[in-house]
Amino acid sequence: MLMFWNGYALPTVIIVAQVVAIVVPLMLAVAYLTYAERKVLAAMQLRMGPNVVGWWGLLQPIADGLKLLTKETVIPSGANRLLFVAAPMLSFILALVAWAVIPFSAGMVLANINVGVLYLFAISSLGVYGIVVAGWASNSKYAFLGALRSAAQMVSYEVSIGFVIVTVIMCAGSMNLSKIVEAQKHVWFFIPLFPMFIVFFISGLAETNRTPFDLAEGESELVAGYFVEYSSMTFALFYLGEYANMILISAMTAVLFLGGWLPPIDIAPLNWIPGPVWFALKIAVGLFFFLWARATLPRYRYDQLMRLGWKVFLPFSLLWVALTAGVLVYGGLV
Amino acid sequence: MIVSALAFYVFAAVAVASGVMVISSRNPVHSVLFLILAFFNAAGLFVLLGAEFLAMILVIVYVGAVAVLFLFVVMMLDINFVALREGFMKYLPVGAAIGLVLLAELLLVVGAWSFAPRAKTVLDAPVPAFDQLSNAQALGRILYTDNLYLFQAAGLVLLVAMIGAIVLTLREREGVRRQNAGAQIARRREDVIEIRKLPAGGGGQ
Amino acid sequence: MAFLDRTARSFLLAELVKGLGLTFSYMFKPRATINYPYEKGPLSPRFRGEHALRRYANGEERCIACKLCEAICPAQAITIEAEPREDGSRRTTRYDIDMTKCIYCGFCQEACPVDAIVEGPNFEYAAETREELYYNKDKLLANGDRWEAEIASNLAADAPYR
Repeated sequence: MLMFWNGYALPTVIIVAQVVAIVVPLMLAVAYLTYAERKVLAAMQLRMGPNVVGWWGLLQPIADGLKLLTKETVIPSGANRLLFVAAPMLSFILALVAWAVIPFSAGMVLANINVGVLYLFAISSLGVYGIVVAGWASNSKYAFLGALRSAAQMVSYEVSIGFVIVTVIMCAGSMNLSKIVEAQKHVWFFIPLFPMFIVFFISGLAETNRTPFDLAEGESELVAGYFVEYSSMTFALFYLGEYANMILISAMTAVLFLGGWLPPIDIAPLNWIPGPVWFALKIAVGLFFFLWARATLPRYRYDQLMRLGWKVFLPFSLLWVALTAGVLVYGGLV
Repeated sequence: MIVSALAFYVFAAVAVASGVMVISSRNPVHSVLFLILAFFNAAGLFVLLGAEFLAMILVIVYVGAVAVLFLFVVMMLDINFVALREGFMKYLPVGAAIGLVLLAELLLVVGAWSFAPRAKTVLDAPVPAFDQLSNAQALGRILYTDNLYLFQAAGLVLLVAMIGAIVLTLREREGVRRQNAGAQIARRREDVIEIRKLPAGGGGQ
Repeated sequence: MAFLDRTARSFLLAELVKGLGLTFSYMFKPRATINYPYEKGPLSPRFRGEHALRRYANGEERCIACKLCEAICPAQAITIEAEPREDGSRRTTRYDIDMTKCIYCGFCQEACPVDAIVEGPNFEYAAETREELYYNKDKLLANGDRWEAEIASNLAADAPYR
């Protein structure tokens, strides 16, 4: 009995507790990201933003969540019921499981696996399934068009994200996220790899279907794209998944380029602040850029999107991979 | 270790079951989705073997890219199931023959492991422990050091295939005016607009 | 040189950065909107809102049932029936405005010879049913009593320009 407790039950309880400790703050962050988005957009458009529910509208996301929770889930009669319901769950779950490998501070990581970067990349490349399956299962042409656009878009931009990740792996000499962060002790990677940092961030916008690459939902021509037919909690899951993905891409940016939990300079007042706070701050900066881009840029046309992905980012990042490898080898840095 | 044994049987059983569903499912989209499930379970088996790099690559390449394109194509097909079923009996003998050949080859591969005199030595070759050499490093050593030429040859074959695909699908149409984004961005107001002062009543000369 | 300049600009994403800078600077500008239910914008004295039937200072209703408003109403939203009161003066027995038809053109108040029907400054009278928007004479007179101060001051403010 004791063996069972020590061998199986206790680790399970600890892991579940850790998962809860990650997921609950993440969900809160998602809720308040929607609030922050509305406030930032409002500020940049000279508006007020939500300010009625609670102090300065702080309870608005809770109210929105409750509203969605109490609404009716409509399943269209022509839809494939199983896949229709499974798709939002899929995109939500995928947005959550990626957090297993994100290091919040030295040693503060749920699963410190050796191929952390690849795991993140694999999970983010799966994100397209939620959208494609939703578009197909809805049996609606708008949803289907949105799904097709999103599939092509995400596959295209994954290629350049892959090359960016390769350059980072080469510089860090490891695929373990904690080691990648530790490799940035002296200089954060966004300084030597600045162009790659920009490519990664822009591809991240495309990967999460955010403006200016939000063709998959393009409300002006596809109504709402792949989630036209969704309502209530199924819609809320897509929404949560999209915003959790934004936070994830920001966290990836922080880990790969902005030194994760490390302070900018390792001197007295700065290194008193605990690592998770620095990490959260860097994520917040990344998210602000997401919102800022949305407030500034109009939507890309589809052929322009493909041109940017295949004809600009792909050759450019390929060139940088070769360049970085050359510098590393001839500079004797490996 | 009972957990890992249990995990192995779950992954293996689901992989086989979804493999069966890929070919028996009526709806091609369901087939592709079952194929993805099979890939996933194969990745799980790789992880159990300690080959986490291969597992991730499998998910990234096959699930993240190849299966998306499958799904992309299959979703757009408008399939007539009756017509699809008509030829089934006609193609059954050919299909069965190919299946038999594949089965025989698989058996030969498995047999070669146990009968061939050299296979034993390959199996017994020292594998560095996981804590000494990571997956990626071990694979890199094999691909880029031991079998460099074969690897480069494989790369060349893929390059040729890629160029072939581009050449086959590229067609140049005459008289198509394409957008030139660079030229549009480079356009300056001073170059294209000229402001002239015209005398009143001069008629624009 | 121009070529170099252009290339440098496009590689440094000059236009993107300029656009981002513009939106960022807008973040710190004063808000252009007002916090509507708590703050309200200024209204012109000529604002044409909810209708009201006015009375004279002694409490006598102004409307003399001339039906000029009914005649001029382009949406035919006004219905009037009239007969002499016991004191012999001509008054309406029915004065209905269908607010769902009304287009708020203000012709009725222009046509009125005695400034009886006016469009007041009130614009917050949304209702949940159509029935609530079929105004009868009682409702219009009540509106007039309620908004008389504002209506009178608006008319006085606009008078020099008419």
